[in-house]
Amino acid sequence: MEGIVYLYVFVLAAFTGYEVISRVPVILHTPLMSGSNFIHGVVLIGAMVVMGHADPDSPLQLTLGFFAVLLGAANAAGGYVVTERMLAMFKAGKKKGAE
Amino acid sequence: MKWFIDISYVAVAVVFVLGLKAMSSPATARKGIVWAGWAMIAATLVTLFWPGMQNFALMIVAMVIGGSVAWWSGKNVAMTDMPQMVAIYNGMGGGAAAAIAAVEFARGEMHGGMVALLAVLGALIGSVAFSGSCVAYAKLQGIMKKAYRFPMQNQLNVGLAAVVGILGLAIVTATDPDGWAIVLFFVLSLALGVIVTSPIGGADMPVVISLLNAFTGLAVGFEGYVLGNPALVVAGIVVGASGTLLTQLMAKAMNRPITNVLFTPMTGEAQGGEAIEGSMREMGALDAAATMRYANKVIIVPGYGMAVAGAQHKVWEMSQLLEEAGVEVVFAIHPVAGRMPGHMNVLLAEAGVPYDKIFDLEEINAEFSLSDVALVIGANDVVNPTARTDKSSPIYGMPILNADQAQNVIVIKRGKGTGYSGIENALFYKENCSMLYGSAQQAVGEIISHVKSMEG
Repeated sequence: MEGIVYLYVFVLAAFTGYEVISRVPVILHTPLMSGSNFIHGVVLIGAMVVMGHADPDSPLQLTLGFFAVLLGAANAAGGYVVTERMLAMFKAGKKKGAE
Repeated sequence: MKWFIDISYVAVAVVFVLGLKAMSSPATARKGIVWAGWAMIAATLVTLFWPGMQNFALMIVAMVIGGSVAWWSGKNVAMTDMPQMVAIYNGMGGGAAAAIAAVEFARGEMHGGMVALLAVLGALIGSVAFSGSCVAYAKLQGIMKKAYRFPMQNQLNVGLAAVVGILGLAIVTATDPDGWAIVLFFVLSLALGVIVTSPIGGADMPVVISLLNAFTGLAVGFEGYVLGNPALVVAGIVVGASGTLLTQLMAKAMNRPITNVLFTPMTGEAQGGEAIEGSMREMGALDAAATMRYANKVIIVPGYGMAVAGAQHKVWEMSQLLEEAGVEVVFAIHPVAGRMPGHMNVLLAEAGVPYDKIFDLEEINAEFSLSDVALVIGANDVVNPTARTDKSSPIYGMPILNADQAQNVIVIKRGKGTGYSGIENALFYKENCSMLYGSAQQAVGEIISHVKSMEG
């Protein structure tokens, strides 16, 4: 894609992000921060592509790529687990006292 | 195969946005994260089929290690420690974005202005998010207890940022950037994250974490452009924008403009505020139990102290007992109760407190004057009336819960010390206020047994 097309994507994505969050109740601030933290865990796929194209004979590239994938995977997995745990509780709260 | 991957990425980006939208409403929030989770798995799987990929063995090892350690730690962390976990996972995302840029530099294929510029920007922001989040984690976890201030802190921040910026520009414009310049660039970027976050006090950390979360989003978006990967661009920029908005909302709730958080860290001794006259009155658990048992309306103000003591289950047990005795019991939550906006709601939900008993500051504040008892458990700054009156107080102007307007105020507190921000609380010296010293767990337990003995 050309640069200018990406500029459109940047701008429209920014509006989308702003719009999606604009009417969120305070009680969901923490889960939502955690949820958006999970979503940028998609950096994992970028890390995979970079690692997949790293020169197999270059220890430097492999090490850096390894860390990119490791950190990206941790971001995605950890982000998901904590968000899901928090939101699961909200569901329990709705049914007037879980136990 | 490539077209299939591209189409899948579009679908993934759409599901992410829909998932985020669902997460912004309590009824659909759970579904939102599950959708997004499946989308993430799909994205990971199709990426394995990206043309011309190699190094699969190492890649899988990295994914398994990173994923399983994070999964395990996320499953086992206590709810009270959630904010620092969010911080550390966020830092890892920033680190991943920075590492992507590092690999691209190492491959030496970065030519052309826009790609190099965004790669450098993403690397800078990602590195700051990484090291900054590590500091935030260390502070909230209690590993790093003090706020470290460097001499001429603000000048140092700006100066270092300028040096990193100039170095970054030099790398962008150079036809064949020097390897050591790139290494120095990363080192200084990481140092910048540490230096900017170190002096910030724990009370301001939620805002910082949220800001760093938005940073990571931006870094991911920029690296997405470098890699020509629209899924990264959309997801990253959406998070960057929503995270910025969320940061503003939090900062507003705490009455701490984001520039104040970053440049003039809150310190108790800096401006002491007016001296407070009077003395504190102590009260026993029996008196506290009686006061509440024969009240019409009790408003409970839980704070982080309650959560740390793990007393939320006991508190809920107590309120159920009081309700059986015909007392109306509700919970009042300050936007920054806990460590982040909404954190206390999560903790109360965990204990089984239903939604319709929990009220926000705006909803409940008028009701304090109509209630018999305000029970403050482990909260301090959020009920400090000096925020309304004393212009010299560091928390002046912060919206507070008007617990002081209740007929009686009972404060359960571990000791006579000041709050998280280190500021004296005028509420404790007021005539309608009594102090019940002890851990929340034990004090509430005693109240429960006394209330039980009053039955019938």
